[in-house]
Amino acid sequence: MPDTTSIEKATGTAPVKVGAPLPAPAKGRSLWADAWHDLRRNPLFVISAALILFLVVLALFPSLFTDVNPRDGDPANHYLGRPELTHWFRPDWFGYDGQGRSIWARVVHGTRASILVGFGVTLLVTLVGGLTGLLAGYFGGWLDSVLSRITDIFFGVPFLLGALVVLNAVTDRTPVVVMGALAFLGWTQMARVMRGSVLTTKQADYVTAARALGAGTWRIMLRHILPNAVAPVLVVATIALGSYISAEATLSYLGVGLQDPTVSWGIDISTASNQVRNAPHVLFFPAGMLSLCVLAFMMMGDAVRDALDPKLR
Amino acid sequence: MTTVPLLEVRDLQVEFHTRDGVAKAVNGVSYTVEAGQTLAVLGESGSGKSVTAQAVMGILDMPPGRITGGQILYRGQDLLTMSEEQRRKIRGDRIAMIFQDALSSLNPVLSVGYQLAEMFRVHRGMSRRQARARAIELMDRVRIPGARERVNDYPHQFSGGMRQRIMIAMALALEPDLIIADEPTTALDVTVQAQVMDLLAELQREYRMGLILITHDLGVVADVADTIAVMYAGRIVERADVHQLYRRPAHPYTKGLLDSVPRLDHKGGELYAIKGLPPSLTSLPGGCAFSPRCAAATDLCRSQTPAVVPVAPGRVAACHHWKETLDAPAA
Repeated sequence: MPDTTSIEKATGTAPVKVGAPLPAPAKGRSLWADAWHDLRRNPLFVISAALILFLVVLALFPSLFTDVNPRDGDPANHYLGRPELTHWFRPDWFGYDGQGRSIWARVVHGTRASILVGFGVTLLVTLVGGLTGLLAGYFGGWLDSVLSRITDIFFGVPFLLGALVVLNAVTDRTPVVVMGALAFLGWTQMARVMRGSVLTTKQADYVTAARALGAGTWRIMLRHILPNAVAPVLVVATIALGSYISAEATLSYLGVGLQDPTVSWGIDISTASNQVRNAPHVLFFPAGMLSLCVLAFMMMGDAVRDALDPKLR
Repeated sequence: MTTVPLLEVRDLQVEFHTRDGVAKAVNGVSYTVEAGQTLAVLGESGSGKSVTAQAVMGILDMPPGRITGGQILYRGQDLLTMSEEQRRKIRGDRIAMIFQDALSSLNPVLSVGYQLAEMFRVHRGMSRRQARARAIELMDRVRIPGARERVNDYPHQFSGGMRQRIMIAMALALEPDLIIADEPTTALDVTVQAQVMDLLAELQREYRMGLILITHDLGVVADVADTIAVMYAGRIVERADVHQLYRRPAHPYTKGLLDSVPRLDHKGGELYAIKGLPPSLTSLPGGCAFSPRCAAATDLCRSQTPAVVPVAPGRVAACHHWKETLDAPAA
């Protein structure tokens, strides 16, 4: 069937096999695959991914690392001296706190609260904010006005002050409650990023083309706009994850975050802070873990941004 | 003469509301396209040729655009009074469009196979597997080498000419009655232009589709068009059979366009150019919109807008002095 007569006529040359000299590219590599290809070669990503993987394993299976109950204290170990840094993964590795509890065990078990709150808030915020931004950006008009004003109202509330007020009203502050409070105040950032991104993508020729070829509203929105608009949201979400973790710690430190039966770095930092002169190690280890965790997510965010949007580099 | 034309645009008027006022992009354009026929719409940027096509497709951005008058009849049904749902069924299925820049008109995150298959899934409700098989057939049909292997490739992995073939395949997927091609070859290399244009013309003949070819390239037009409509400042200034128009233009603007094409037998001479610039659409001059640039303009031209009048069977022009232009010796 592929006769070349018309091409011959047009170019006046011998039949050329159309497109033959194209260099064979790697088969079926999508932009996502490209991004992944870049990511794997980025040392920033490799390091942060390893750290995050380690933290997630800590959060999921703390008993792999310690079999000491972080809530049991032995008064004999009250502020027991310097950490035994040679005792790897043993209860006295990081020393003991004021109630004689193993700091190593508390640091290990505290990971779960931070990771849970970090991922949970990010997920909620991305869903709520992303959906709001997508609808506002795509439909525009009065819907955009209404949604954007609601976003602005929430945006106007100072993040920590708002969380303080909300959480003060709740007596039973489980991780889920803290997650809800942070997401309630934090979704506006995602909504704004998503709306802006959708507004840009909506102008693309391929969206007009999809419309001209008969695609319906939802298909255009979900198949053609969303995958092209989601990259900046992913970047912001990864970076924000770290800040949600530190926000949880801040709230716990201030006494309106997580509460005692829950083990959390923020709570430990809070209790350690008044004995920092006598027992600096009690403050150092939870604070260090918190910094490490936040750093890992920020680095990951940077790497993801480099991969998804090479123009911003 | 009782048959209903495939597409008839009647006295279409489109405005854009801009910061500088109302831009009258299309001021009473009428044309018809029959099955198997090619109508070339010729004009410079801003003459309203693309806007007319967008109005036919129903993809005008409204606002700022607004259709203020006229009818667009597809097989006798007015597209402008249809429900959005009905129009969507016609778009892509019965009337399809080929865009100028295939790279930006194909979605970068979806494979070309997915995008081709989408046509069958949206309009025919086919299963993924069936639609995919049809997508490969289509890629073969537009002569993309190794269609089976390349169906999962992404638009950026194809060359410009191949991408435009994929655009053509998408538009032809459901064997529409009418194709609107908006400068389909402008973004391509000159060597590839002819291949793509020939492919399009061949497929059009095969499926007996109507084709509206929007272009500013007089060379492309001469080969493939049956009828030519020349647009200027949102109006059709001349519409004629391609041979008549090339031999004896009836409008000074058409004549100017033809004279400004480089010709081998005038080698060495200075290339003719129409003086001046197209008028601003927000403040069109009184009378004939072309009069400020027209060498033959008279007081009548500057005060009265010329009506579109028949100058020969099947041929119209909008000029007070079409007789003189028609009888003028060829340059």
